[in-house]
Amino acid sequence: MSRAKPSAPPQREPHGGLVVALRATFKRDLILLLRRRGEVLNPLVFFALVITLFPIGISPDPELLSTIAPGLLWVAALLAALLSLDSLFRGDYDDGTLEQLLLSPQPLAVLALAKVAVHWLLTGLPLALMAPVLGIMLSLPAGSYLVLALSLALGSASLSLIGAIGAALTVGLSRGGVLLSLLVLPLYIPVLIFGAGAVQAAILGDAVSAHLAILGALLAVALMFAPWAIAASLRISING
Amino acid sequence: MWTFINKLGSPRWFYAISARLLPWLWAAAAVLIAVGSIWGLAFAPADYQQGNSFRIIYVHVPAAFLAQSIFVAMAVSGLIFMVWKIKIADMAAAMMAPLGAAMTFIALFSGAVWGVPTWGTWWMWDARLTSMLILLFLYVGVIALRGAFSSRDSASRAASVLAMVGVINIPIIKYSVDWWYTLHQPATFSVTSRPAMPLEMWMPLLIMVLGFYCFFIALTLTRTRSEILRRESTKRWVRELAGEGG
Repeated sequence: MSRAKPSAPPQREPHGGLVVALRATFKRDLILLLRRRGEVLNPLVFFALVITLFPIGISPDPELLSTIAPGLLWVAALLAALLSLDSLFRGDYDDGTLEQLLLSPQPLAVLALAKVAVHWLLTGLPLALMAPVLGIMLSLPAGSYLVLALSLALGSASLSLIGAIGAALTVGLSRGGVLLSLLVLPLYIPVLIFGAGAVQAAILGDAVSAHLAILGALLAVALMFAPWAIAASLRISING
Repeated sequence: MWTFINKLGSPRWFYAISARLLPWLWAAAAVLIAVGSIWGLAFAPADYQQGNSFRIIYVHVPAAFLAQSIFVAMAVSGLIFMVWKIKIADMAAAMMAPLGAAMTFIALFSGAVWGVPTWGTWWMWDARLTSMLILLFLYVGVIALRGAFSSRDSASRAASVLAMVGVINIPIIKYSVDWWYTLHQPATFSVTSRPAMPLEMWMPLLIMVLGFYCFFIALTLTRTRSEILRRESTKRWVRELAGEGG
């Protein structure tokens, strides 16, 4: 019963609006974070520092270090990613940008996804690129470096998505820092298991594709559910 | 049907209906737990491998069941609260959380006590113990988040969202921990491959599980009733109930 209407432009407008809003949010966050280089560098320095603590605390013996290196690197990277979460929405919450995002006609879930993508690009990805260097310092066995970087790159995307839920829930609280880690760390465990498992498998010479595939599956599930949870949590934080 | 649910959703009706159910529930819980524990502790035969130490499962298994079901119940209540804005659901969820955490702790503690004669140690990084420990952390997270907000409405909604996120994650955590355990430690002693229990050992366990569930429902109802009185303390029917006069 519908006749083709000539008025196509008004119909196409919301679509274009979404892409424009997505690109604008992405670009804005990227520029803001790149201007505050300290915030980008801090997790990386923290990662290196924590990795330095382990040989000092345990033993400088390369044999021992190489057996525990996969787990150490993954746990330290996870903590470094966790450290950077608190600032994910904090600035926008303080200056009122978050309210503007909430009021915008575009779905908040998609805009939040753009913010999380920037967070991953400037936290997860650098951590993944830096991990092999720290792996050398822990005498990680050869042949597992690429898998370490890959698993961290894949896994940290899930970590950013899951962590963003916690960050969104706690952004309205004045002392949300410790609470944030309490909420988020238990949810990180599957990613840690399969991420560290991938590196372990690479060391033992097993096939790593299964581990990476599960990490990818976790990321897919997180991509599906997390944006909605983030959006709902942001609404709660703004209203309360 | 729908009007009944709507009525149940109103605190006043809920208060009246639950008053009629409660004595039965408490009686059922008391009888079932008494019968189950006396049967299980005194009359069930001793295990041929573990001797009498196996009897701790009559507390351990029901607590572990409840620990997991309460989290699901909490998430379902959270969903009901978020979708239909039924306040009772949120009150129940808030009242369930500490009970669930306590049950998780009981399951962990009884597991540790059972581990001493069986494994020779208080703690093993066994798959089940590990996932129970993570469940405890999830409970603590929900309770802490609810406590952190100053506005009750935000606290309720935040806790609901977190409970739902948690309930999606629980199976993922459980399976990944199982997988991790089989990879790292080939199971030397597995609780799962226990030979099928004879009926006289199994029946008391079933009764205990039912008793624990009745106990949980009765306690949640009782606690929800007092929470209704607390939250609705300015309403006229509550004041009349308290004898202050309308």
